[in-house]
Amino acid sequence: MDSLPLSWYLLVAGVLFVCGVICMATKRNGIGVLMGVELVLNGANINFVAFSRYTRLGIDGQVISLFVIVLAAAEAAVALAIVLNFYNNHLTIDVDKGDELQG
Amino acid sequence: MNAELYESTSQTLKLLLAFAWLAPLAGFAIEIFGGYWSTRRSKAAAYLAVLCIFLGFCASVTAFGVWGSRTGWAALKHEEHTAHAVAQPPGPAEVETGEHAGGDHAGSLPARTYFSGSFYTLARFGNLIVSLDYYIDSLTLVMFMMVTLIATCIHIFAIGYMSDELSDDYVDHQVHTHDGGHLHRPGRYYRFFAYMSLFCFSMLGLVLAGNIFQVFIFWELVGICSYFLIGFYVERRSASTAANKAFIMNRVGDFGFLIGLMVLWTWFGTFQFSTHLVDGVERPGLFEMVRGPNGELTVDSRENIVRLHDPTGQHSSIPYILLVVAGLGVFGGCVGKSAQFPLQTWLPDAMEGPTPVSALVHSATMVAAGVYLAGRFFPMFTPEVLLIIAYVGCVTLFLAATIAVVATDIKRVLAYSTISQLGYMMLGIGVGGWGAGLFHLITHAFFKSLMFLASGSVIVGCHHEQDMSRMGGLWRKMPVTALTMLAGVIAISGLAIPVLGTTFAFSGYHSKDAIVASALAFRQANPVHFLLFFVPLLTAGITAFYMFRLWFFTFAGQPRDAHIHEHAQESPSVMTGPLIVLSVFAIFVAFGGQEGPLYRLLIHSEPAGLAAGVAGGPSGIVLPAHEAIHTVHEDAGGLALIAAFSGLLLAFLIYGLRVVDPADIARQLSGLHSFLVEKWQFDHLYEVMFVRPVLVVSRWFAAFDRVVIDGFLHALTFATIDLSQLDRRFDEGVIDGMVNAVGDAIFAVGRSLRVIQTGNLRQYIMFIAIGVVALFMLLMMFFPQ
Repeated sequence: MDSLPLSWYLLVAGVLFVCGVICMATKRNGIGVLMGVELVLNGANINFVAFSRYTRLGIDGQVISLFVIVLAAAEAAVALAIVLNFYNNHLTIDVDKGDELQG
Repeated sequence: MNAELYESTSQTLKLLLAFAWLAPLAGFAIEIFGGYWSTRRSKAAAYLAVLCIFLGFCASVTAFGVWGSRTGWAALKHEEHTAHAVAQPPGPAEVETGEHAGGDHAGSLPARTYFSGSFYTLARFGNLIVSLDYYIDSLTLVMFMMVTLIATCIHIFAIGYMSDELSDDYVDHQVHTHDGGHLHRPGRYYRFFAYMSLFCFSMLGLVLAGNIFQVFIFWELVGICSYFLIGFYVERRSASTAANKAFIMNRVGDFGFLIGLMVLWTWFGTFQFSTHLVDGVERPGLFEMVRGPNGELTVDSRENIVRLHDPTGQHSSIPYILLVVAGLGVFGGCVGKSAQFPLQTWLPDAMEGPTPVSALVHSATMVAAGVYLAGRFFPMFTPEVLLIIAYVGCVTLFLAATIAVVATDIKRVLAYSTISQLGYMMLGIGVGGWGAGLFHLITHAFFKSLMFLASGSVIVGCHHEQDMSRMGGLWRKMPVTALTMLAGVIAISGLAIPVLGTTFAFSGYHSKDAIVASALAFRQANPVHFLLFFVPLLTAGITAFYMFRLWFFTFAGQPRDAHIHEHAQESPSVMTGPLIVLSVFAIFVAFGGQEGPLYRLLIHSEPAGLAAGVAGGPSGIVLPAHEAIHTVHEDAGGLALIAAFSGLLLAFLIYGLRVVDPADIARQLSGLHSFLVEKWQFDHLYEVMFVRPVLVVSRWFAAFDRVVIDGFLHALTFATIDLSQLDRRFDEGVIDGMVNAVGDAIFAVGRSLRVIQTGNLRQYIMFIAIGVVALFMLLMMFFPQ
């Protein structure tokens, strides 16, 4: 485990992040967008944990990642509720249809 | 009377008269506010006014009783005609000490015939003290009783006379509106009584006043009350004009009064009549400074100055001419107030007021205030001033009597007779008959207020018809009014019946007799002034003539206007009651003549030294002594009686028996008749002399205003407008432009940013992602490592 350098972890995290962003940017399904958000958040988590192992960040990084997990859960709950309402109003969860407030 | 008793009497009199004085003021305050908030149909104000003035009368009579008992009724006892008799009423204290033998201490306490002191100091400017004082002597007491008694009677009469006003919708038939109807307004019953109460307060304050400035204050107050009451029917143009005329004419006289006050203040340093305390130091009043203990003027003929008797030595002398100016100035005020020549024209017009006002204000009390002041201020008048007073009175009495002969308005006849009788009083005072003038003032007040009230009763009975030529034969319809009026007419004419050595006569005979006697004695002492005797004698006849003319015209003979006669009726008892009371006084008030109580009372206050006669002075005028007047009394009385009876006879022949038609006489003497009807052209004269020049000058000033002042103002205005327009353009262009530019810029930015709000979620995420990447790249570029 010690033989692996930090950059590998960062690479995995970067891949996850990019996957998440692409997911968010391309999916028209609201749930899919949420999933992309989860990928982005987990990419960030991997970064925190890796920095806590390899830098002077220490246990703080792991604690922050725990907070991120909890907040992600809460965010998912709220977002799902929004999606449900969106569905009630539009009979779809295609996010491209929700453009009533455009300028 | 010792000093202690003097002090306590002074306090008692002060309190009683102050109560009598202030009760009507309290009444006024309650009536004017209470009446405003209560209903217009309430008689409460009238009852309150009557109550207040009646309480004042009771207090005055009580004060008189106190005064009489404390002085042992010395005033009523027979006195010797000596110089000292008046100045020194008998009393144990002065007999024991005998300190008045030299006359040096005549001003010290027990010898005084008056009580004086101060209520309240209004203001003090250096040495000038403006205060409310009192000066009480027998004249004050008699005036108080006379004013309150007559005012009570007239207030009661007015309850009936003014009852038209007890309405929410009073119709004034003499005011025509534009649509041809009559003016409707709420009744002003309460206001009438409030003004009457205010007037009583002012009049009593004037009588009670202890300094000339206080007299001036109340002088103006009675003036303003008179103004209110003449203009009571303010919607009638004639009434408001008459009120203005009265007020403005009085201003002319009051201007003289002010000049007199200034002279007095400059040379005497005080306004007080009598000795008074300043910071605990006794200082002499005006009278004591001018007159010596025996009433003499100390004239230094070399320097033409009058030496003043001032123990403190601050004011040692006054130029003789200035003393004359001060006297004439104050007398100028009297001329205005008492409607003497040449300011007499306001009084007949003042009859526009309600009749009780004419009775109280414009015959019995206010106009008599001028005579009262002339009497009160007598010690300050030099012989020259007195001569002018006598001549003014003489001219006035003749002038007014001749106008009264041709007047047909019942109230105007009485108004002219008032002016004429006031002239008699002034004449009496001017020729040294001080007591005679004031005697006539009191008796005249009674019979003239009686006659005015009787005329008011006639006017009400005839439904507000005042023209005598439409009356006649009213005595059957109005017996009480006719009889009481007859009593007044006999009194003013001075008729008497000699019975068994004594004379039975109504009040007017005694007082007019006294004046004519004084005038005769004056003529004997100064033969060059013979007119001062003959004119009043002739006028006594004219007086009898026009007064009986009035009575015959109104009450006797056949009715001239059937319609008016048909509807005429006797007034209710609230109006005839006062008539009866006043007629009793008009008949008996002067009971005993010059030996009677009223004259004795008045003469008790006579200025010292007058009884012995005054001789000399720079102009050499001699005022007759009481002795001299007494010796000619019989002759004068006889002559006056003959004149009065011939007047009566003439009136009876012309208007009673109608042997000659008065219209024929008027045609024969049409020039004279119209001259008299036009009141000696005085109104025209004043119109030409004063009114028109004033109008011309005002027109000049108006033109000046219009052209120069207005032009300047207009130029200024236009310049301001131009400047403002310039300023407006700057505001609109620059200031507004700046603010708008900022607003527009922000609006444009917002508008352009609108388009990126597409509502497309994925696009936003792309922006975020690109933004994050860009931030990282920037971070890498500027903070490597």
